[in-house]
Amino acid sequence: MRYLPLTNTDREAMREKIGVSHIDELFKDVPSENLNPEIDLPRHKSEMEVERHLTRLASKNVAAGSVPFFVGAGAYKHHVPSTVDHIIQRGEFLTAYTPYQPEIAQGTLQYIFEFQTQVAQLTGMDVANASMYDGSTATAEAVMMARRVTRKKRAILSGGLHPHYRAVVETTTQYTDDEVVRLAAQPANPNAEMKAIIDAVDDSTSCVVVQNPTIAGHVLDLRPLAEKVHAHKALLIVAVTEVVSLGLIMSPGEMGADIVVGEGQSIGNGLNYGGPYLGLFATNQKYIRQMPGRLCGQTVDADGERGFVLTLSTREQHIRREKATSNICTNSGLCSLAFTVHMTLLGEKGLRRLAKVNHKITQDLKAAMSSIKSIEVLNDSFFNELTVRLPKNANGVVEKLAGMGVLAGVPFSRLDPKAGLDDLLILAATEMVTTEDIDALVKALREAIE
Amino acid sequence: MSMNNQGRPTTTTDSHAESSVDFESFSGHRGLRLAEPLIFELAGTDTTGVDIEDIADFTPAIGGLERTSEIGCSGLSEPDTVRHYTRLSRLNYGIDMGVFPLGSCTMKHNPRLNEKMARIPGFGDIHPLQPLSTVQGALELMNELSHWLMTLTGMPAVALSPKAGAHGELCGVMAIRAAHEARGDARKIILCPESAHGTNPATAAFCGYQVKSIPAQANGRVDVAALKESLNETVAAVMITNPNTCGLFETEVKAIADAVHAAGAFFYCDGANFTAIMGKARPGDLGVDAMHFNLHKTFSTPHGGGGPGSGPVVFSDALKKFAPLPYVKNTEGSELSLHEWPAENDPSFGRLTAFQGQMGMYVRALSYMLSHGGDGLKQAAEDAVLSANYLYASLKDVMSASFEGPVMHEALFDDRFLKNTGVTTLDFAKAMIDEGYHPMTMYFPLVVHGAMLVEPTESESKYNLDQFIRSMRGLAETATSGKTERFDGAPYFAPRKRLDETLAARQPILRFTKPEQA
Repeated sequence: MRYLPLTNTDREAMREKIGVSHIDELFKDVPSENLNPEIDLPRHKSEMEVERHLTRLASKNVAAGSVPFFVGAGAYKHHVPSTVDHIIQRGEFLTAYTPYQPEIAQGTLQYIFEFQTQVAQLTGMDVANASMYDGSTATAEAVMMARRVTRKKRAILSGGLHPHYRAVVETTTQYTDDEVVRLAAQPANPNAEMKAIIDAVDDSTSCVVVQNPTIAGHVLDLRPLAEKVHAHKALLIVAVTEVVSLGLIMSPGEMGADIVVGEGQSIGNGLNYGGPYLGLFATNQKYIRQMPGRLCGQTVDADGERGFVLTLSTREQHIRREKATSNICTNSGLCSLAFTVHMTLLGEKGLRRLAKVNHKITQDLKAAMSSIKSIEVLNDSFFNELTVRLPKNANGVVEKLAGMGVLAGVPFSRLDPKAGLDDLLILAATEMVTTEDIDALVKALREAIE
Repeated sequence: MSMNNQGRPTTTTDSHAESSVDFESFSGHRGLRLAEPLIFELAGTDTTGVDIEDIADFTPAIGGLERTSEIGCSGLSEPDTVRHYTRLSRLNYGIDMGVFPLGSCTMKHNPRLNEKMARIPGFGDIHPLQPLSTVQGALELMNELSHWLMTLTGMPAVALSPKAGAHGELCGVMAIRAAHEARGDARKIILCPESAHGTNPATAAFCGYQVKSIPAQANGRVDVAALKESLNETVAAVMITNPNTCGLFETEVKAIADAVHAAGAFFYCDGANFTAIMGKARPGDLGVDAMHFNLHKTFSTPHGGGGPGSGPVVFSDALKKFAPLPYVKNTEGSELSLHEWPAENDPSFGRLTAFQGQMGMYVRALSYMLSHGGDGLKQAAEDAVLSANYLYASLKDVMSASFEGPVMHEALFDDRFLKNTGVTTLDFAKAMIDEGYHPMTMYFPLVVHGAMLVEPTESESKYNLDQFIRSMRGLAETATSGKTERFDGAPYFAPRKRLDETLAARQPILRFTKPEQA
């Protein structure tokens, strides 16, 4: 077997050194009636055979890059420069462990420090951690952190928050002290949605979670909400599922956020059918001791040379056990490397340009959708995502378009089947979308609905 | 002196060791050890390494909320980006470079075939919300991976979506709590051995349980008598790692399971160390109700400097209906589908993550499993255990073995052999760095003093093991002979000397700030 270096001669010599004649003498602590069970699995395969098998499975899927593609709602198809994948496959990064031995992990630690800086800059916050699993789990962690900071329990989730994120928050907090209040989705009326949030805040509120842009794509001015939230000594948590938007839209920090969580997949990471992705988590300096997850900090070595270490670990499970701020251990290390490499290639200049290109192509998409009489576009404001009302059940239309070779977006009912919004479709357009793709979408839509 | 035909000396005339040189280079570099500033010190915000059109004629439709203030992210050109990260990478130690005996972390070889497979566009470039008709191969792969995991454990169900081991624990304990609540029997306590990973008590607390610690016996196993004494109608579950974090199989695992079940509680097994028994024993035969895998340990998906992981959980019949959404549904007919939202009165405890979990890791893990086959996985477990026992047998006369062997896939030593030498476990670990090795796990588990937990995995050749033994014996003998110079300030040969962790915690600097803002 190609991955196992020991030869039978080695094994024999090693057994002799140990003083056993058969390998199963080393398994003597396993109840003998349970040792070496019959296990019905195929025998080992060569590289070629494995490739053949998995390639056959992969060929049953339609890759995003092979068709006109408008699917978003929390994961986005962006162009990832070739450099990114080259760097993350270097064995020194790929096959390293969590940097618990900082003297031989400065590569990992320095990029985490740079990553934390970039995330803080993007979100307009003081500090960021070394990553969470994804945007949804980061959101749940933020809700629990707000309870620790405010010593209040009532978390308000806005109607514009991704329904899957809402579900993850509700699941994760169901056995904690948090009380989660979930407001209704009003994708056709962002102003009413915002008013409902503001009206729901009172002195018992620990935090408000609001997504910007919303799941329907609306861009929100969060400043009046921040004012209300802070007047009631609660925290404003802003979730950003499309981080590229931060190159065009005022940062959550500037609008008064206390915690910013986000899905970082858009930068540096592929779609991967939902994972691995990376959760972003940023907050203000005064809350750092309540943060979940790993933090990298700057220090010096015995020679006075600058270096980096994991720090403030008394918050974490391996030290604090049941009193830790989170149970998270492994996070999204390599995904955060992909993020930070791509972000370094972009820089502020590239990010701003990328954001503009995304917004521009989405303006074109809006114009194209508006040209179809039976379709209503719900957005006045948007970044790279729109919600449209179709004259038919969106799910059926999406299936029909898939059959025509166009992946047309996410039916709102797939995210929230109980909302009664079966005619809504969420469409995303990134820099990967061409004018020809939009033409193909319009043509297919006309055929499907007219 | 012999001269070559260009007139250059072929041997050095001076035997200055590097450490005896008392000058600094002008560049700050030291030969191949290249100093590398932060990106924010290398460039400003006016550089970019991508070619993206700057759209000039442009009126954004974002409600007047343009970002006008500086973001501050520095950019580097492509050549400088490649160089920056290449230089940083060379400050790291990885499995690709040498033995990485980090106990309970299972740092085995990461096959590159897995990386190639995960990058096939049909896996790497599909969206989690595409129509199900366009992702049938992905769902089929998830089913196939599930089949392997259930077969290896003898368990009837698996939840794939947890994102890492600790997330898997959360999944398992939530299912346990949901099961208790479903029978109207809210319980308060979870029992964890002293030797447990920190994530176990942290997870229990997140599910609203009080954690009660159970002691270990002198032989490194759970004290079953103490466990039985603690078991009553308020105990929801026990969380036990098996093989445990001392590298030992819990010999009385079935008695534990019986006692736990008799008390109406559930048996959660932390499967971090499953690599030792894959193909050799099935947790389902031992009375386990829920167990998470770490695909990034047992099934070779890369640790990546701290993730991403993947933590699927297998369930017993008693717990399977409480498993989280979404999962692949095998409906009648040929098309596979996903159960994404709870049905009326659905017993599922909910949703743990936005999408379907770590698909990229599923592909890698399945690639590893298919490559090994059932026969190869069993051989890998045997080799891992053989290698650990070989290290144990080769070191126990010079180091202090904590418990009687045989051990499973890892061997635990403590610091008794360093008594009165002035050398600590930390010093010993740092001296291993100078030997060219990543240190073993240190100060964990907490059941012995100054723990050193050594796990070689199945990936090391006998040559590598013998070299490693030579270094470890050399260090142990040097320390006990009273020659402690090489330990006092170790590491000497790493990119950094020992780092001041107290300073980092006392004055946290968690990001770069421009000097004028500082």
